[in-house]
Amino acid sequence: MATAAELDVSVNPLDAFRTEVREWLAANFPPALKGKDNAMSAIDGPTDLSADEAAWKKAMGDKGWGVPTWPAQYGGGGLDRGQARVLQEEMGRIGAWNPIGGMGVMMFGPTLLEYGNEAQKSEHIPAIAKGEVRWCQGYSEPGAGSDLASLQMFAEDKGNHYVVNGQKTWTSGGQWADKCFALVRTDKSKKHEGISFLLIDMTSPGVEVKPIRLISGSSPFCETFFTDVKVPKENLVGQEGEGWTIGKRLLQHERQNLSGGGSAAGRMFAGKSVSALAKEYRGLDDQGRVTDSDLRMRIVRHEMDSRAFMLTLRRAALESKSNQGPSAATSIMKNVGARITQDRAELSIEIMGMNGLGWEGEGFTDEELTQTRTWLWGKAVSIYGGSSEIQNNVIAKRILGMLDHQ
Amino acid sequence: MAVLNDEQTMLRDMAREWADNEAPTTAFRKMRDAAPVEGYDADAWAAMGQMGWAGVIIPEEFGGSAFGYLSLGLVLEQLGRNLAASPLAATAAASTAIALGDNEAAKAEWLPRIAAGEIVATLAIDEGPVHDPAKTATRVTDGKLTGTKQFVAEGDGAQLFVVSAVDGLYLVSGDVGVSRSARHMADSRSHAQVVFDGAKAEKLGGTDLTAKVVDRATAALCAEMLGMAEQAFAVTNDYLKVRVQFGQQLSTFQALQHRMAKMFTELELARSAVEGALEAIDAGRSDVDQAVSLAKAIMGDTLHLVSREMVQLHGGIGMTDEHDAGLYLKRAYVLETMWGNAAWHRERFARLNGY
Ligand SMILES: Cc1cc2nc3c(=O)[nH]c(=O)nc-3n(C[C@H](O)[C@H](O)[C@H](O)COP(=O)(O)OP(=O)(O)OC[C@H]3O[C@@H](n4cnc5c(N)ncnc54)[C@H](O)[C@@H]3O)c2cc1C
Repeated sequence: MATAAELDVSVNPLDAFRTEVREWLAANFPPALKGKDNAMSAIDGPTDLSADEAAWKKAMGDKGWGVPTWPAQYGGGGLDRGQARVLQEEMGRIGAWNPIGGMGVMMFGPTLLEYGNEAQKSEHIPAIAKGEVRWCQGYSEPGAGSDLASLQMFAEDKGNHYVVNGQKTWTSGGQWADKCFALVRTDKSKKHEGISFLLIDMTSPGVEVKPIRLISGSSPFCETFFTDVKVPKENLVGQEGEGWTIGKRLLQHERQNLSGGGSAAGRMFAGKSVSALAKEYRGLDDQGRVTDSDLRMRIVRHEMDSRAFMLTLRRAALESKSNQGPSAATSIMKNVGARITQDRAELSIEIMGMNGLGWEGEGFTDEELTQTRTWLWGKAVSIYGGSSEIQNNVIAKRILGMLDHQ
Repeated sequence: MAVLNDEQTMLRDMAREWADNEAPTTAFRKMRDAAPVEGYDADAWAAMGQMGWAGVIIPEEFGGSAFGYLSLGLVLEQLGRNLAASPLAATAAASTAIALGDNEAAKAEWLPRIAAGEIVATLAIDEGPVHDPAKTATRVTDGKLTGTKQFVAEGDGAQLFVVSAVDGLYLVSGDVGVSRSARHMADSRSHAQVVFDGAKAEKLGGTDLTAKVVDRATAALCAEMLGMAEQAFAVTNDYLKVRVQFGQQLSTFQALQHRMAKMFTELELARSAVEGALEAIDAGRSDVDQAVSLAKAIMGDTLHLVSREMVQLHGGIGMTDEHDAGLYLKRAYVLETMWGNAAWHRERFARLNGY
């Protein structure tokens, strides 16, 4: 039952909060940073922060609003969902963006809040909330991709510490990370139950990273080698053998972010729409239509898909808020989000023609060169965090009750 | 596969063997990383010249072998399989313009040299980022050609340009009044902006020749695309048979089997369409334009599908520069765009069929 206050907009308690947010943002967000979102640098690599950026990051970090719904006792904002939404709206209104990001915020923090002990939470959460420590994800191995549970990296029990040996791969941001949350094997006799969730300091002796270049030209991920790396027992999250459960929970957070939940949704639809791009590059005929009729219909399909996706995100949010449990719709989010992201890039390039395929140098605008790289980078969205094929398997088995091939 | 005569079979086998031994994808990578100004592998091109590939569509009286387009396609297909960086397609297209034109002096002067592999030539048609031969502002007055051409394949190294102007096709062989600027594109091949500012030009033929030549260039490009798609498919199919996850080869998963079966199906259709276009040219049929639009649209869609699936089905490794998947993906989108993408050719096909 809604309370009287909630029903009466004139005394909406969020109004007071909105005023507070507005005043705080006016006092702290440097207007020069309007729309200049560089939060992805938390994964993409270290950037030298300008004075404005550093000040903004510190202000948000101190306030805890980079992680608005995390508990205040660990440096979070302590806001409820309604307040967090107000914060997001108010930031959007003035072109402010969240300077606190990365895997710590998106995946590891929420998981540790759920499964970590008191000491672990006090040690790691505040540093993530302030954006002071970068985390990377040590899950995949050369032989363990889609079949993650076949991972081999072994943590040997040595009494008060483990000794870790093995290799991880595709470790995003491994070369810039301070710490790694890793899935390791502590028991070779069991598959899923032999896995544990371990926190490894990337500066430990025996950790070696080798950056790998992507098809888009950048090197945002690494092969990561662990040779006799000593890891204190305190760094085990949960119990030995509980790693698969914890690791999967973390993947849910990852997928939710990838599918456009949270701030990713804003980024996915940021910038020009495909139809606006088509008008600019291809022009309209005398009846106001994009001249290439075949392209025009595919743009419509894409933009309708995007709308339906946004409506689905909203519906899922409302359903889970009304405590009906997680909405079945969440299972389709990652794949739809990936498809829309990739369609958008493909269409943008098609619209730009040869200009959309520039690599570097003269003759292309920055927007065009960025488009090429975005297109290539975006091919990863349907691969990482559980590939589209694996997501479809999950839908078929968990939601539709279909059986494995016998 | 089209039914080949003995000469064609020999040509194809030789091209395949040569491409596998002398121009594997590692050779393309080497060229890419060395980044020569001309944008192709000069040694490989010299070898092709010796093998007579530049003369496959040139009449015998001018030193060619006159094997025809299907034969040229067989060679380009084998080169496409390995992404061999050669100016053969561009040079052949330009030679067609000279051979089909009515400038006898130009034929006698250039065709024997092209057939011998001494000359890199190319077509300069488009003036914007999207194929549109009708949008031509280039003009010739008193034998001097002025205009700006965009994304001219092999434009960095070509010695001879076949240039479209409002009233037809011209040959520009000199350097005076010609300036080129490289355009570095995702496929790491040569594409240049070429500015003609009063360059000396000889006429080859009218606008009907332009259309004929672009169709032939497009058909040849389709053969290269076919080779790329076949190889991208084969590499992916092989990978699924060796990569093990969940204790079994990926190829045992029906979801993936069906994806491969679908691609195989599309590839068979594409091969028919591409060979059909090449055969229509060789037969001198009047519906070459339709056959070419059919080929480019279907081949474009098929290569699009296969090159993207190649990345996806390789998983993380497919995203790395070290693997070839990205090379196919990048080259594919450039060739899909060149001489009109699938949408452009579907539109044209409708127009040619009166609807
Ligand atoms: C850009 C990028 C960043 C990444 N960052 C990280 C990171 O930070 N940390 C980390 O641990 N990992 C990371 N990954 C790794 C990612 O999680 C894996 O690539 C992914 O799990 C797929 O595994 P794989 O690459 O081994 O592909 P494979 O598992 O070998 O799969 C190959 C293909 O087969 C398909 N396939 C596999 N099994 C089945 C099946 N049962 N049915 C149908 N199809 C199937 C897959 O969907 C895929 O298309 C990253 C990957 C990329 C591309």
